[in-house]
Amino acid sequence: MKRRDTLKAISLAGFGLAVEPVEAAVPAPPEKKTVVPGGRQPFEAERDTKLKAEKFFTPHELQTVTVLCDIIIPADERSGSASQAGVPAFIEFMMKDQPRNQTPMRGGIRWLDNKCVAMFGKQFAQCTKAQQIQIIDKIAYPEQASKDMTQGVSFFNMMRNFTAAGFFTSQMGIKDLGYVGNTPNDWQGVPDDVLKQYGLSY
Amino acid sequence: MNTFQIKEAPTVYDVAIVGSGAGGGMAAYQLTKAGAKVVLLEAGGYFDPADPKYITQLKWPYESPRRGAGTTRPFGDFDAAWGGWDIDGEPYTAAKGTEFFWFRSRMLGGRTNHWGRISLRFGPDDFKRRSLTGVGEDWPISYEDISPYYDAVDKLVGIFGSKEGIRNEPDGFFLPPPKPRLHELMLKKAATSIGIPVIPSRLSILTKPINKDRGQCFYCAQCGRACQAYADFSSSSVLCIPAMKTGNLSLINHAMVREVLTDPNTGLATGVSYVDTISMQEKTVRAKTVMLAASTCETARLLLNSKSSRFPNGLANSSGVIGKYLNDSTGASRSAFIPALMDRKRYNEDGVGGMHVFTPWWLDNKKLDFPRGYHIEYGGGMGMPGYGFGGGIEGLNGRIPGRNGQKKSAGGYGAGLKDDYRRFYGAYIGMAGRGEPVPLESNYCEIDPNNVDKYGIPTLRFNYKWSDYEVKQAKHMQDTFEEIIHALGGIALGSKPGPESNHGYGLEAPGKIIHEVGTVRMGNDPKTSALNKYQQTHDVKNLFVVDAAAFPSQGDKNVTWTILASSWRTSDYLFDQVKKKNL
Repeated sequence: MKRRDTLKAISLAGFGLAVEPVEAAVPAPPEKKTVVPGGRQPFEAERDTKLKAEKFFTPHELQTVTVLCDIIIPADERSGSASQAGVPAFIEFMMKDQPRNQTPMRGGIRWLDNKCVAMFGKQFAQCTKAQQIQIIDKIAYPEQASKDMTQGVSFFNMMRNFTAAGFFTSQMGIKDLGYVGNTPNDWQGVPDDVLKQYGLSY
Repeated sequence: MNTFQIKEAPTVYDVAIVGSGAGGGMAAYQLTKAGAKVVLLEAGGYFDPADPKYITQLKWPYESPRRGAGTTRPFGDFDAAWGGWDIDGEPYTAAKGTEFFWFRSRMLGGRTNHWGRISLRFGPDDFKRRSLTGVGEDWPISYEDISPYYDAVDKLVGIFGSKEGIRNEPDGFFLPPPKPRLHELMLKKAATSIGIPVIPSRLSILTKPINKDRGQCFYCAQCGRACQAYADFSSSSVLCIPAMKTGNLSLINHAMVREVLTDPNTGLATGVSYVDTISMQEKTVRAKTVMLAASTCETARLLLNSKSSRFPNGLANSSGVIGKYLNDSTGASRSAFIPALMDRKRYNEDGVGGMHVFTPWWLDNKKLDFPRGYHIEYGGGMGMPGYGFGGGIEGLNGRIPGRNGQKKSAGGYGAGLKDDYRRFYGAYIGMAGRGEPVPLESNYCEIDPNNVDKYGIPTLRFNYKWSDYEVKQAKHMQDTFEEIIHALGGIALGSKPGPESNHGYGLEAPGKIIHEVGTVRMGNDPKTSALNKYQQTHDVKNLFVVDAAAFPSQGDKNVTWTILASSWRTSDYLFDQVKKKNL
C-alpha cells in the first residue's frame, strides 16, 4: 500500500468509518493515472503504459537485434536504416505485446550466438562484419540453407518480417515507399498516364 | 452497499429497445421520429465517430506502438470495433467436436461502426430457397413486401452502386460509384474474359452529400475506423445520435440486459432487467413494448434466459426453435501477386473504404453440386502500410526476376531486399468469397448449463458444423480464384487449400465472417418459428425482434441492409398496431 493510501485509510478510520475486515483483506488498487489518448479504450491505454514500462531485451539482445535489423534493411540513397527508423524499439514492444514471440526471438538469438561461438569463438554481435555476413548467408536464403541451419532460417525469417513491418510503417519507411494517401482528397480514378501505360480505360 | 437492491426507474416508456446496432438503431430512429418515448439499452459505452475521444481515422501506423497489430482489437488498433471474438469476463463455449466464434462489439452502434458497408439487397429468390431448391426455408415475406423499405433505406442512409438489371441482385437508389482502382480494372478485364461478371460495389458510403447532417466521403479508405464526417453508415452516427436529437430517446449505456420481464398474469412483456456494468447495480426499466436487437446470438440468449413458470423454455419459445438454425456466411480466400503491377507509379489510390468492384453470384446452382451461391470481394492497391507489411517475402522474391531480369535466391537481406519491398508494393491482390450456407436445425446455440459470465448471466454454448453444401461451395470458390488469377497473369500465393485444409478448401470457421443470423426465425407456422412475418413473437404480442436473429436465411448478401429494412418495417407495423389499439 502506498503511503498516501495508508494515510487515507487511517483518516477514514479516524472519522469512525469502520473498514470492514473483508474489505480490508484486499488492499485498494493503486491509483490509475493513465491518460487515455484519442481512439483508445481505457484498458488499452493502461496496458500500453504498463508494457512500455517493462523491458524484455537484455542490452546484449538489443544490440544483436539492432545489428540484424540494419543488415536486413540498411541505409541507402533513398532512406535510412531500420535502426534509424526505430525498428528495435518496435520489436521490443512486440515481444511484450504478443508474448508468443518471446521464445522464438530469445531462443533464436541464443541459437545464433551459439553458432557464432562455434564458428568464430565470439557471440554474433561481437563478430566482425565479415563474420556476421558469413553466418547470415547461411540462414538468409531458405531454399539454399543446409539442414543444420533450418532453425536459423526460421529465426531470420521472423527477424526479416519484423524488420520490414517496423521499417515500412515508420514515418521514414512510408516516405521511402511513396505512400501518399491518408489525407482527404477527391478520388477521380486512375491517372490518365497510368491508364495508358497499362492499356486500360474507363 | 447492497448491490442486489434493484433500482427501478419510475418512467414507463413506450418502447424499450435492447441493442443499438443496425436493427436497434433503426427502430430507435423511426419510433422517436414518430413521437414515441423510447429507452435504448446498450451493453457497451458511448461512441460518436466525430468525437476526438474516439477517432482513429487518419492516424498513422507509427502512432500505435504495435503499428496497428490486432492484439487488443481483432482488426487492429485503428479498427472502430470495441470487443471481438473474445471479451474478458464474457465467455462462451462450444460442444465437443463443434465450433463457433462469436464476435461482439460493446459500444453505441455495435458492429456497424467497423463493418465493410457492403449493402446488398436480397433478391426475390433469396426469400424462397426452400421452394426453389428443396432445402432450407422460405421466408414468410417476399421481395415485394420488403422492397419499399429497401428503397427507403437507400434514401435515408445513402448507398452507391450502379443499375445492372440483374434479377436476383435488385438495383436500388444509388449515388454514383467511385471509379475502379488500377488492379480493379485489371481484375474486371481478366474475370470478364472468362465469363465472371465484375460490377461496381454497393456500399453505404456517401459519394455525394445527402443531407446537412452528414458529410461527403473524402476517400481515405478507412470506413473500418468509423467516419468523423458521418460519410458512411454507422448506426451510432446515422441513427442513434439523430434519434437522441428528437428528445424522445433515453440512451442507457453500460446496460447489460439480463432478462425480459413479463407479467405473470397477462404473459405480456413489461420491460427488462439489466446490470449496470459500471456500478454493478441491478436495474430495471419498464416499457409497453420490448424490441430485441442485441444481435443474433445475444437476442437468443436473452430470450432463453428469460424463463418463468409461464415460459419454462425461455420467453416466446413455445416452438422450441429459439437458438436453432444459427447460420453464418461461408468464407474462403486466396491472394496473388501480379507481376505487371510491380514498380508502379505512386499516386493516392486510397479510394473509399473497401473494394470499388465486386462479383455478384453468376451461376445456376441447378448445374452445380452445391445448392447456394456466393459473391467475391476484391482487395489490393497501394494502401497505407500496416502491421505485417512485407510479411512472407521469402516465399515470393525468389520467383520474380530482379531489375536486371535475373531471378535471385528467395529471402535475402540488404539493399536488394529493401528494393524488393518497394518494387512489390501495390502488386498484391486478394479475393474473398462470401457465400450462403444452408440453415440447419442441428446448428444452434443454447444456454450452457455450467457457465455464467461475470454478471452472473448464463452463457451460450454453441453447436455448429459446416455441412457438405458449404464445403463444396468453398471448393468452387478456390477453383474460381485460381481461374481469375490465371487470367490476370498473376502468381497465386501459398498452396491451393485442399480438402484437408482448415474446414475443407480453406473454409473459415463458423462465426469468422460475422454475418450470423437465424436463431429466432420468423415464419407463418408458430410450431416451427418464433416470430410472425412482422417479427412479432407468436407468443407475446408486445415483444419484437428487429435484428438478424429473425432471418430464416441470409442469401450470399451481407445482411445489414435487410436488418435496416426489416427493422423499419417492424417499427411501422408497431406504430400501426398501436394506432389500431391492438397493442
